[in-house]
Amino acid sequence: MGYPYPPDEKETVVLSQYFGDEGARSYQGWVKRGGYQALEAALAMEPGAVTDVVKASGLRGRGGAGFPTGLKWSFMPKDSGKDHYLVCNADESEPGTFKDREIMRWTPHGLIEGCAIAAYAIGAECCYVYIRGEFTEPLAIMAKAVAEAYANGVLGEKLLGTGPRLEMIIHRGAGAYICGEETGLMNSLEGRRGNPRIKPPFPAQAGVFGLPTTVNNVETLAAVPHIINRGADWYQGICLGNEKSTGTKLYSVCGHVQKPGNYELAMGTPLEELIFDMAGGMPPGRTLKAVIPGGSSVPIMDAEDVKGCLLDYEGVVERGSMLGSGGVIVMDDSTDMVYQIYRLTRFYAHESCAQCTQCREGTAWTVKILERILGGHGKESDLDLLLDLADNMTGTTICVLSDSCAAPVVSGIAKFRSEFDAYLSGARPPALAAH
Amino acid sequence: MSTAGASASETSYQPVFTGETMAALETLFERYPTKQACMLPALWMVQEARGWISERAMAEVAEVIGVTPAYVKGVVTFYTMYHTHPVGRNVIQVCTTTPCSLCGAEAVLRTILQETGCEELGRTSTDGRFTVQEVECLGACGFATPILVNDDFIESVTPERVAGLLEGYK
Ligand SMILES: Cc1cc2nc3c(=O)[nH]c(=O)nc-3n(C[C@H](O)[C@H](O)[C@H](O)COP(=O)(O)O)c2cc1C
Ligand code: SF4
Ligand code: FES
Repeated sequence: MGYPYPPDEKETVVLSQYFGDEGARSYQGWVKRGGYQALEAALAMEPGAVTDVVKASGLRGRGGAGFPTGLKWSFMPKDSGKDHYLVCNADESEPGTFKDREIMRWTPHGLIEGCAIAAYAIGAECCYVYIRGEFTEPLAIMAKAVAEAYANGVLGEKLLGTGPRLEMIIHRGAGAYICGEETGLMNSLEGRRGNPRIKPPFPAQAGVFGLPTTVNNVETLAAVPHIINRGADWYQGICLGNEKSTGTKLYSVCGHVQKPGNYELAMGTPLEELIFDMAGGMPPGRTLKAVIPGGSSVPIMDAEDVKGCLLDYEGVVERGSMLGSGGVIVMDDSTDMVYQIYRLTRFYAHESCAQCTQCREGTAWTVKILERILGGHGKESDLDLLLDLADNMTGTTICVLSDSCAAPVVSGIAKFRSEFDAYLSGARPPALAAH
Repeated sequence: MSTAGASASETSYQPVFTGETMAALETLFERYPTKQACMLPALWMVQEARGWISERAMAEVAEVIGVTPAYVKGVVTFYTMYHTHPVGRNVIQVCTTTPCSLCGAEAVLRTILQETGCEELGRTSTDGRFTVQEVECLGACGFATPILVNDDFIESVTPERVAGLLEGYK
């Protein structure tokens, strides 16, 4: 539901059904609401059959890349004789995204159940839940729920008393966006700097501790029990746009809307309905200028791109951007696009792990040039310089943080060039003191 | 090796990992296939006990984990939440990333810097009460502006709310 607001009738409430319901947080409360039935049902199936159900549901990764979840699980080796690991990615640090936080705060046992089913499917006896260090409340709630799950015989030597062993460990991050990138996360978990690793090898071959690993996002894993309970056909049927994008997705809406919050929508719902109807549109008297639909790492859309855009993986790509993590950042006509693009690039410059030259230097230079433009000392050639830099930063590095910094610059210049020009010509007074 | 020139803080260093804290770390060792995986948890334990992570503490972590002090330093400095310098009794982290910036986060930050008497980012107020940090997205962008005061995550902070909120932190 549109937490913290009451559900909108246009929402399809599945994962968010119990947002705001404190009773759902405890083990007893969760069981009363039908919790752990999916795990029981999964344990009665062969692990491969669980994976097949998830495959058939069409569920795709909700962490940003949209990779088919069942397919990812099927990459895990069979009978390798090695320990397998499941890692739940709860690092949620992508600007604009705050959905995993609510899943952990309100339905911790739903996430534990999803992790348990996934671990069973991939043959993992150990699951690490990597939660960003700043999430003090979700950390405490998850730790309590995991302890309850052990105490009630869900986790431990035998899953639900009958299945294989499963240990679940909450691991606290310490402040680094890049640890959300799955290989950076694995290094961090191993007690290293969170530098992303070169792939291959892929995590399913050699992941955390060099062993076969599956990394999934919180929202992805939280969807799994519902799929097991209600079936692949049901999930696949939640689809208004095209059959490659199925199920529900949580959208975090923030910025210039009257009702910021999390909304759960069937795939294929129009973006305009989300922004104007559910999230209440702009403040009075304001009009829409721009939207970043998938967390800060995707290209910026202008008001024209938003018109008729369907929210699913393909629909947003058709409008020149990406669904990403579903963090919808809304900007009205009062927004200084140059300043906000600059602020975004500062984020990436700060969060670059600095191991690739194009990223380390590129993010820093992008910030410097934008600072110069905003300070009133930009040169006509600066926009070409920014685009040239962006070109060098795209597709050339170990992970896509570098590309993510380039995306708002390239799309911003393409769509809001006149705002850059206004700073360059002096028509607009400097927004930053000269450096 | 202690020499006549060693500073008081070096000679008087009290280890963190003794008694219950060491026992807690040893329990953690059993939950990971390598000792090194307990690096972040061990650093959290140090910071909880001491408020920050000194070079001596890094050396101690190195010893219990089984890596070099330089390695520990490399890890500590990678993560923004570990303090490598003494901080005020209350550490305030304020998000000013784009979504919060759109909703006026910079004004919240300015007010906090003034009201705490810190004036500058990263500086501790003269009464030792506060240190203020500007941080990137706290994962609560719909509740702009979120701040983290020690372990208290506070949403929807406005300049008007700042003075009242700070009252609670002595
Ligand atoms: C720079 C960067 C940051 C990322 N941050 C996160 C994150 O905070 N949470 C997350 O689940 N995935 C994040 N991802 C995506 C992960 O690498 C990975 O694709 C995802 O966790 C896989 O889970 P899924 O298939 O369930 O989506 C990030 C990727 C990149 C490149
Ligand atoms: S692209 Fe940037 S963040 Fe990613 S590995 Fe390279 S330097 Fe690190
Ligand atoms: S941008 Fe401030 S919490 Fe995300």
